[in-house]
Amino acid sequence: MKKIADVKARYADYKVLDRKGKTAFWKEAVVHNAIYVLILLAVIYTYTRNHRFLSVSSIVNIISLSAANIPIACGIAGTIVLTGTDLSAGRVVGLTACISASLLQAATYSTKIFPNLPVLPIPLVLLIIVLVGGIIGWINGFFVSKFHLHPFIVTLATQLIVYGILLMYMTINGNNGQPLSGLDQSFKDFVTGSVVSVAGVPIPNYVWYACVVVAFMWFMWNKTTFGKNMFAVGSNPEAANVSGVNVARTMIQVHTLAGCLYGITGFIESARISSNQANTGLNYELDAIAACVIGGVSFVGGTGKISGVVMGVFILRIIFVALNFLSINQNMQYVIKGLIILIACAIDMKKYLVRK
Amino acid sequence: MADRLTRRCGRQDRRTDMEQDVLLQMTDICKEFPGVKALDHVSLTVKKGTVHALIGENGAGKSTLMKCLFGIYEKDSGTIQLEGKEINFKNAREALDHGVAMVHQELNQALKRNVMDNLWLGRYPKIGGVIVHQKKMVRDTKKIFDDLGIPMDPFRIMGDMPVSQRQMVEIAKAVSADAKIIVFDEPTSSLTEQEVEHLFQIIGLLKKKGCGIIYISHKMAEIKKIADEITIMRDGMWVATESADQMEEADMIRLMVGRELKNQFPPKTNHPGKVTLEVEHLSGMYSILKEVSFQARRGEILGIAGLDGSGRTETLEAIFGIATRESGIIRLDGKEVSNRNARDSIKNGFAMLTEDRRETGIFEILNVRENTTISSLNRHKKFGFYLSERSMRADTQKSIDAMRTKTPSQETKVRALSGGNQQKVILGRWLLTESEVLLLDEPTRGIDVGAKYEIYQLIIDMAKEGKIVIVVSSEMPELLGICDRILVMSGGRLAGEVSGKEATQERIMGYAARYA
Repeated sequence: MKKIADVKARYADYKVLDRKGKTAFWKEAVVHNAIYVLILLAVIYTYTRNHRFLSVSSIVNIISLSAANIPIACGIAGTIVLTGTDLSAGRVVGLTACISASLLQAATYSTKIFPNLPVLPIPLVLLIIVLVGGIIGWINGFFVSKFHLHPFIVTLATQLIVYGILLMYMTINGNNGQPLSGLDQSFKDFVTGSVVSVAGVPIPNYVWYACVVVAFMWFMWNKTTFGKNMFAVGSNPEAANVSGVNVARTMIQVHTLAGCLYGITGFIESARISSNQANTGLNYELDAIAACVIGGVSFVGGTGKISGVVMGVFILRIIFVALNFLSINQNMQYVIKGLIILIACAIDMKKYLVRK
Repeated sequence: MADRLTRRCGRQDRRTDMEQDVLLQMTDICKEFPGVKALDHVSLTVKKGTVHALIGENGAGKSTLMKCLFGIYEKDSGTIQLEGKEINFKNAREALDHGVAMVHQELNQALKRNVMDNLWLGRYPKIGGVIVHQKKMVRDTKKIFDDLGIPMDPFRIMGDMPVSQRQMVEIAKAVSADAKIIVFDEPTSSLTEQEVEHLFQIIGLLKKKGCGIIYISHKMAEIKKIADEITIMRDGMWVATESADQMEEADMIRLMVGRELKNQFPPKTNHPGKVTLEVEHLSGMYSILKEVSFQARRGEILGIAGLDGSGRTETLEAIFGIATRESGIIRLDGKEVSNRNARDSIKNGFAMLTEDRRETGIFEILNVRENTTISSLNRHKKFGFYLSERSMRADTQKSIDAMRTKTPSQETKVRALSGGNQQKVILGRWLLTESEVLLLDEPTRGIDVGAKYEIYQLIIDMAKEGKIVIVVSSEMPELLGICDRILVMSGGRLAGEVSGKEATQERIMGYAARYA
């Protein structure tokens, strides 16, 4: 009801504007919603060229691909709110994906990395994974906050370290870097299995897990001291300190939480791609950062919404899938992706520039 | 109305007999922002070799007018003539090329580079259009500073110099471009009395050279001292232009605020009680602060005066725990408090309003509610983690009401508020932490006359409630007006103490120079 009253009030405001005011209003509206307008046009265009783009199976495909990326994007979003970034995200996903795969290989699989290990209970593995991610995140946060290093530098370094550890992990028991596959059926069912189908197309379970992550993160960002402190630190760390916010602890918390979320993405990816190698998760952080920026989590710091992050992930995924449906050359796809990120950032900045 | 008409006629007369001396003529400038008429037919005439003061409350349109001159904003209508030729600058660079320069309130300088680089930034003398002519640059820089009588090392790094010196570089930049019109935007807001004196000498020099100077300031006494002509603006409109000797301070204030402002300071209604705060042998680890000891009473407003860099801010920072102490004991109600960091101090009942509101006070892009509740979030927790929106809203409203903050809503972003209201938001933040000791560093810096009065009233009200208020200020009349007692610092040490009743500017200045 309040929403309706709001819209009514805004319409009344609009009606009293003169012509110049109205032009300004529409300009503002276009700048603020440009990305949605563009995406709508892109969807319509792709649909006219290839009707299968909007078939149920295609839509479910877009949703599930997006869902897999949502935890990592939510994690990175926090570090961007702090005016930082996290380059280690993709490698952490890779490490955690390989760890979950190694712990959950079927007992009967012949080239098991830990031959004598029984199939561990899934909650225990999830806990281990989240812990591993969290520890790496904590290390990032520790160096960022205590030594005042730029997160770019810190995560550039940890990204390498994590990759090295991952490569070593892949050679345990003479594995020699072979992809880890032959996952236990219970693990596959837990992640990629389905309990709900739409028009005969099954929706994989991890879509629901992503929903839980989104709800949890929304709560953390909006309803807890942690969230309020995070935005304050991102907006003005000096003022936050004077106001009694523990700036260092907040930074460590944000990075640790981000690490835990990378772990969750790693867990999902592990079952989703089922054959995990050292290169799993490569460049995931870049897509996640792009999604955050498209979704309005600004590098200016102190602004952003979880709903924006989710929108950003979806928009990016819709674009990727649409490019495939239009059968655009793979090389060209990179060019287009790059352009989209550039344009999105340019539009985003326009919102924060002081109008003169 | 009749009053205003005669003034308009007066202006007409003068315009005809001084025609040849007019340097800059801005006529009927209008500028509209969505929903606001920022400038409404404003005119300004600056003559050769004069200082023209431009005054008005914050938001009166002074800055907007200047931004129209420099092409930072595009004016909607009106004309600007420089020496009879119509001009329309697109940016500050073009203005500088035509001899119109500005010394900003907030200096925009490359702090990591040296004086010389800053002076010639964007217009380096070059050899063959590529290589920077280093020798010529050094020579020219030295010459400019010598002409102005300012001792300055061209190789000194900008960030290592005090604000006053950096301002001199900015002035030198204007001079180096052969500026005919120089705009000073609140040049003295962070200068000490001596530095102001020096600045005025230089302005005098520029006057003699035939420059026209536009001087924007809030400080009436200064304007009386230096201005030849005064233009007053209010709510985006031109109100009056008079020659300075025909205008009294009271007239200026009346015209600026549009009402009679009888007293600059509210009546003091607080009554100091018994001693509750004791500070002993406070020394800073990384600052010049040495062995500062004092006591403060419940309900007392204690001022700290001194020159810039005398350790005033450092004292507050050391008490609040955001600067490291080498030694020192702080007792509140007879109990020693540790105040290791800001969090600790807030728990112990301390609160601090920092000197630089934008840098360390407010969260510009967050809204009023978020800015108000940030220090007292723990009080709104339910079940140990859930923050109740409703209780935050209620507390914010309480603080808005108590501070009489003017804001459209709690969701308004703080950067959209005026300086005075931003300051009230921060004071409101500390109201919610129920602090006992308020450390206020330059509480009225960059705030207009009307809002200042309200801040003074709030300070007195808080003291009346039994809080201890410690006020640091560079403006002596302000300290004399509201404080019960004034401590004077010099060279990091406590140089003297005067009671509010017997304090005079001379006595304070005497102490301030003691260890300087």
